[in-house]
Amino acid sequence: METAAGGGCGSGPPLLLSEGEQQCYSELFARCAGAAGGGPGLGPPEAARAAPGAATAAAGPVADLFRASQLPAETLHQITELCGAKRVGYFGPTQFYVALKLIAAAQSGLPVRIESIKCELPLPRFVMSKTDAEIRFGNPAELHGTKVQIPYLITEKNTFKRMDDEDKQQETQSPTMSPLASPPSSPPHYQRVPLSHGYSKLRSSTEQMHPAPYEARQPLVQPEGPSSGGPGAKPPRHQASLIRSFSVERELQDNSSNYPDEPWRITEEQREYYVNQFRSLQPDPSSFISGSVAKNFFTKSKLSIPELSYIWELSDADCDGALTLPEFCAAFHLIVARKNGYPLPEGLPPTLQPEYLQAAFPKPKWECALFDSYSESMPANQQPRDLNRMEKLSIKDMADFPVPTQDVTGDDKQALKSATDEALPKDVSEDSATPKDSNSLKARPRSRSYSSTSIEEAMKRGEDPPTPPPRPQKTHSRASSLDLNKVFQPSVPASKSGLLPPPPALPPRPCPSQSEPASEAELHPQLSRAPSQAAEGSPTKKDIPYSQPPSKPIRRKFRPENQATENQEPSSTVGGPASVASVKPHPAVQKQSSKQKKAIQTAIRKNKEANAVLARLNSELQQQLKEVHQERIALENQLEQLRPVTVL
Amino acid sequence: MCQVYLWNYPLYIRSVPTENELQFHYMLHTSLDVVDEKISAMGKALVDQRELYLGLLYPTEDYKVYGYVTNSKVKFVMVVDSSNTALRDNEIRSMFRKLHSSYTDVMCNPFYTPGDRIQSRAFDSMVTAMMIQVC
Repeated sequence: METAAGGGCGSGPPLLLSEGEQQCYSELFARCAGAAGGGPGLGPPEAARAAPGAATAAAGPVADLFRASQLPAETLHQITELCGAKRVGYFGPTQFYVALKLIAAAQSGLPVRIESIKCELPLPRFVMSKTDAEIRFGNPAELHGTKVQIPYLITEKNTFKRMDDEDKQQETQSPTMSPLASPPSSPPHYQRVPLSHGYSKLRSSTEQMHPAPYEARQPLVQPEGPSSGGPGAKPPRHQASLIRSFSVERELQDNSSNYPDEPWRITEEQREYYVNQFRSLQPDPSSFISGSVAKNFFTKSKLSIPELSYIWELSDADCDGALTLPEFCAAFHLIVARKNGYPLPEGLPPTLQPEYLQAAFPKPKWECALFDSYSESMPANQQPRDLNRMEKLSIKDMADFPVPTQDVTGDDKQALKSATDEALPKDVSEDSATPKDSNSLKARPRSRSYSSTSIEEAMKRGEDPPTPPPRPQKTHSRASSLDLNKVFQPSVPASKSGLLPPPPALPPRPCPSQSEPASEAELHPQLSRAPSQAAEGSPTKKDIPYSQPPSKPIRRKFRPENQATENQEPSSTVGGPASVASVKPHPAVQKQSSKQKKAIQTAIRKNKEANAVLARLNSELQQQLKEVHQERIALENQLEQLRPVTVL
Repeated sequence: MCQVYLWNYPLYIRSVPTENELQFHYMLHTSLDVVDEKISAMGKALVDQRELYLGLLYPTEDYKVYGYVTNSKVKFVMVVDSSNTALRDNEIRSMFRKLHSSYTDVMCNPFYTPGDRIQSRAFDSMVTAMMIQVC
């Protein structure tokens, strides 16, 4: 072996390897050669000549190994030159052994000379916690966000070391890079090797081809922080061999096939980070960031202008020159991915589409999600809401008196409690639901009220009212002070009927029960005794603010009623059949008016309940918001307390 | 083949690879003169979409040149083969409209400064699709 090594060395000095050295070297060489698996571009035809049956060590693992020796790049450079690998262009076994010997010499403090290897040397020390292969192909589990942070910073340092003002840029870069590094903790897991790939791609595009067959510095692949700090200090001109990038390329293809869509998926913490950044640029989460603002912001990421232009093109889906929140998140994510070395996609990935982003993350920032869903649900519910409002307003216009309306609504609530009892438990159960459901909850009362109006219409169309509550009518009918109610409640259904296709004859008096007519008859004379003009005038006055048609039936009603009452006065018998006769058209018409009244009352009550529910919900959400704020403050305090400790 | 010109220097040139490409370039440059002539001839006329389309600039024995100018004086020039008689005026108009809309999309990009060569991939793909459709 020794003689072969010496013979194969050619012009180099003969190597004298001790047993231990020989063993170690051959093992290392085998490892380097085996790990490469026949690196492309490295299998020179002389490989067969170099050693029988032995492959050449690929530059990648060799570089790893050399770097693991923790020697400065200059030294390694010299070593490669000396060992002849540079000359012949590959690391044959002889070159490799010579190199190892030189490394040992250097580590012992001897100058890197051919002569130094002639003496006995300890074995070269290689600081490797894992084998080359493992380091090579990456172990995602060992990477944490913090560790990746160091390579990021070093990446940036190396990017700009070539420039004159490297220090300034390091300062400016590391603050911007560290926040970028810490959130995407999931992509770095599988990004180690792709990162180096992207990095080497960048390097090879920007730097010249370096004759050195290895990269003196690959901090990304090395799992240890301090050792990466060492190589990081090496000047950048010792970097970037295409050979390295080729080998890394192959790895990238292997790794990227395992994670087809992961790089383009935004995680929770990433999303929150992006939203915070959005907020810092534009306080309102539901509006846009203008093009110039976004340009300034993204330019800070130090990507090239064409790349930024392309990212913009991908993410601004509607091409309006401004970014909404999902568009901004997509753009930010693309930038982060690009900084991590991912090539930009041809088209916007499905997980970054704005619709997907809006749908996929409704919860995390539910404040802005509420905005979105509010804006979405608002137009949807606008029309029924408006309908309700219209009807409510018209009702309120008609029933211009607080007392009767309150009575009506109060009676409504009592009367239709059974109908809304079903609604109430649902509301109560939903109050405790998550904020996400709160939107649907808010939507639901509205829709319920909308459906209630349709129910009312169905009711008006001739169906019997579900439960004719006796109480309200009794109260209405009994209290003499409710004469007004009686007078003006008819106007309520009357005007209500004015909105809908009115039945021809509307009774102004809401007396559904048959016992009413008697009292009605009593009241009628009362009314007629009251200055008829006043009696007519007051309801008509009340009617005038209402639509015209309802007033006519009221007048009409009053006249026949007056006639009926007048008929009644002379003879009860005559008045009886007359009142009966007048009563007969009443029930049919009364039913309709009562239906209408009930419908209105239902609507009013439902709206009030919806209001109550929403108010309750609002207060609960406010409380939740307060709690979340307090939590946040507490966490920030903790962070502050912890921070000085770590810095030291 | 189409070109986008701004102040008489090309922002974007794309052609179906054929021979005599240089001749195309030459014709396009000369057609710029015709475009300028037409623009100045319009003078005080209101600039609306209809007049943005300049129509057939001049027919040579083999080719037809069409022009289109935007409100910001960006000129689109298209050279088509005369043998391709299937192309009607409306189609040319629609093609120019598509070009114009793609161009505005490119302009919306804040990273694009007017006067740069157009490097937008979306624009490229749109033009390619159009040319494939024609040829």
